[in-house]
Amino acid sequence: MRLVILDSSKEVSEWAAKYVMKSIHDFKPTKDRYFVLGLPTGSTPYGMYQKLIEFHKAGKLSFKYVKTFNMDEYVGLPRDHPESYHFYMWNNFFKHIDIDPKNAHLLDGNAPNLVKECENYEEEISQAGGIHLFIGGIGPDGHIAFNEPGSSLVSRTRVKNLAQDTLEANARFFGNDISKVPKQALTVGVGTVMDAKQVMILITGTNKAFALYKAVEEGINHMWTVSAFQQHPQTIMVCDENATLELRVKTVKYFKYDLKKKMIVNCYYTSSLNMVSGDLRFTYLKAT
Amino acid sequence: MGSDNKLVQFKECRILRDHNIINEDLWVRNGKIVNPEKIFFDEKITADTVIHCKNNIIAPGFIDLQINGGYGYDFSFEDKTEEAISVVGKKLLSHGVTSYCPTVVTSSVEVYHKILSKFKRKEGGLHGATVLGTHVEGPFINPNKKGAHRASFIRSYEQVNDISVIEETYGSLENVQIITLAPEFPNSGSVIKYLTNRNIIVSLGHSTSHLSEAEEAVRHGASLITHLFNAMLPFHHRDPGLVGLLASHNIPRSIYYGIISDHVHTDPAALRIAYRVNPRGLVLVTDAISALGLYEGEHKIGPLNMEIRDQKAYIQGTDTIAGSMASMIECIQFFMSATGSPPEYALEAASLHPAEVLGIQKQKGTLNFDADADFVILNDTFDIQSTWIAGERVFSI
Repeated sequence: MRLVILDSSKEVSEWAAKYVMKSIHDFKPTKDRYFVLGLPTGSTPYGMYQKLIEFHKAGKLSFKYVKTFNMDEYVGLPRDHPESYHFYMWNNFFKHIDIDPKNAHLLDGNAPNLVKECENYEEEISQAGGIHLFIGGIGPDGHIAFNEPGSSLVSRTRVKNLAQDTLEANARFFGNDISKVPKQALTVGVGTVMDAKQVMILITGTNKAFALYKAVEEGINHMWTVSAFQQHPQTIMVCDENATLELRVKTVKYFKYDLKKKMIVNCYYTSSLNMVSGDLRFTYLKAT
Repeated sequence: MGSDNKLVQFKECRILRDHNIINEDLWVRNGKIVNPEKIFFDEKITADTVIHCKNNIIAPGFIDLQINGGYGYDFSFEDKTEEAISVVGKKLLSHGVTSYCPTVVTSSVEVYHKILSKFKRKEGGLHGATVLGTHVEGPFINPNKKGAHRASFIRSYEQVNDISVIEETYGSLENVQIITLAPEFPNSGSVIKYLTNRNIIVSLGHSTSHLSEAEEAVRHGASLITHLFNAMLPFHHRDPGLVGLLASHNIPRSIYYGIISDHVHTDPAALRIAYRVNPRGLVLVTDAISALGLYEGEHKIGPLNMEIRDQKAYIQGTDTIAGSMASMIECIQFFMSATGSPPEYALEAASLHPAEVLGIQKQKGTLNFDADADFVILNDTFDIQSTWIAGERVFSI
């Protein structure tokens, strides 16, 4: 796992967007070979989408040969509701870029058979050849997608009941009326995300600091589902300074040093790195 | 483009939607504005045609509820009615007008019978702007506020013993959308009820009505005032007359009012007063006459000798203004400079507001989804770049 610590959430957005752009460019997608992205919604990735749109409008980035799969969607919420993830994705991303609508996949929370919808989604992902880069955010309780605390770490796409905490936190988006908050969601599983070749998780703000600490410094625990990615061969966590407030000085220094090194030798992350591996420092010394 | 199922995306534009100019693309199919989100997720298709708008503004097409003619044609002259509609209707496209009510001034019963049947409602297109129905000004108006109308043709309600007189006067009401009348005569209540029951908009004007009479007329169904400030009692603080309707609390719904913002017929200060007192009811009308679009000099239009100097139309050899000759886009531009209103407002006063008067705000005067794709493309100085009806370009510079 790699942890990239940047000064501000703005830099997180930019870094993430550049990483996505570089991944797509390096892949050189064609009509016979699509790059497959897993996508989140929410306030953390918003800035990244803005940047990606900017790159697209500047002619630097095309999504013509990109397929996307979104992480989750509420059950029973009208698609044009401002809190639906369809609404979010259309307004904050899809309508601004050149993606073919056939290649933009979202779970349908209004499908007549939700179980079938989830099974089909897994099927569609594997038909697309799996996900090359899955981008996610996390909740203050360390959940990724709607894999709330206690979710299985090998879970697949399924219907989830939302935790009371989540309902309460979401009430502000539904006129502070908790009865209007959808009680269920469709979500990819932790296992679904783990299958991606690379995972990039964006974490910003002090309210996510404890979750980051749980994700990075503590053991793998299904009460903090994002911690599962310690065992993923290629995970990058991108965070701002505020999100590091609960981390040990040692951890922060280690990863900041890591980032500096990356910048000096100007090489991008390509292989599996583990924070406990001593090889990194050795590589750095040799490189300079 | 009509109904060929082709999906067209207007890109890189700012559109006027819900009282704001926003950065948004406009999507059109089969003559209607469509919701691209639905198409993206349900149909999963992209646009067949993409039109780049160079960051221009797209606003709903303008609707002129009161226009007497233009380009040498007068809708009230009994000969050449069809020709007038075809010439003026086409020329209006260059002013951004996509729908209008050809207006007939007070005329003889014979003339009504002869011409009103010829102003058929007609969908717009390359041939010209949509004809929404006729605006008939008179003949039940007050001779003391006749303006340019011929006194000899004015009729009073005393002659209306039986409601059938209305129909006998106009002939068929089938093509009539708006009737301007003076509400101060006996029987006016029953006439207004009769007309509004037939879905005709009753507009109050050419009148010496007191406020109380005007309020009574609104309670009977009148919903519009004809060219505010012109041909009515001037505002008096103890009896504000028709003007008082703008701030009346004694009417069941707020009033709409046409106003001529042509820098001749309404002083900028009067425009500002109306705008500040009742912004939601303000409807820009040109009230343009045959002189609209004519060059400086002398013109003979029907029985009328006219002279155009300094962009004003005079009765030849006099200093009497014959009528307005400003185009709708000029009225909008003048209104903005006179009142300092935001462009969103001025553009809606010429589109959404008149559509609301006619109750057609779901189809026209709006860029909301499922509305008719009637719109104008304007640059930053609000000059018309192109005009579109039902998704088809019907004018461009």
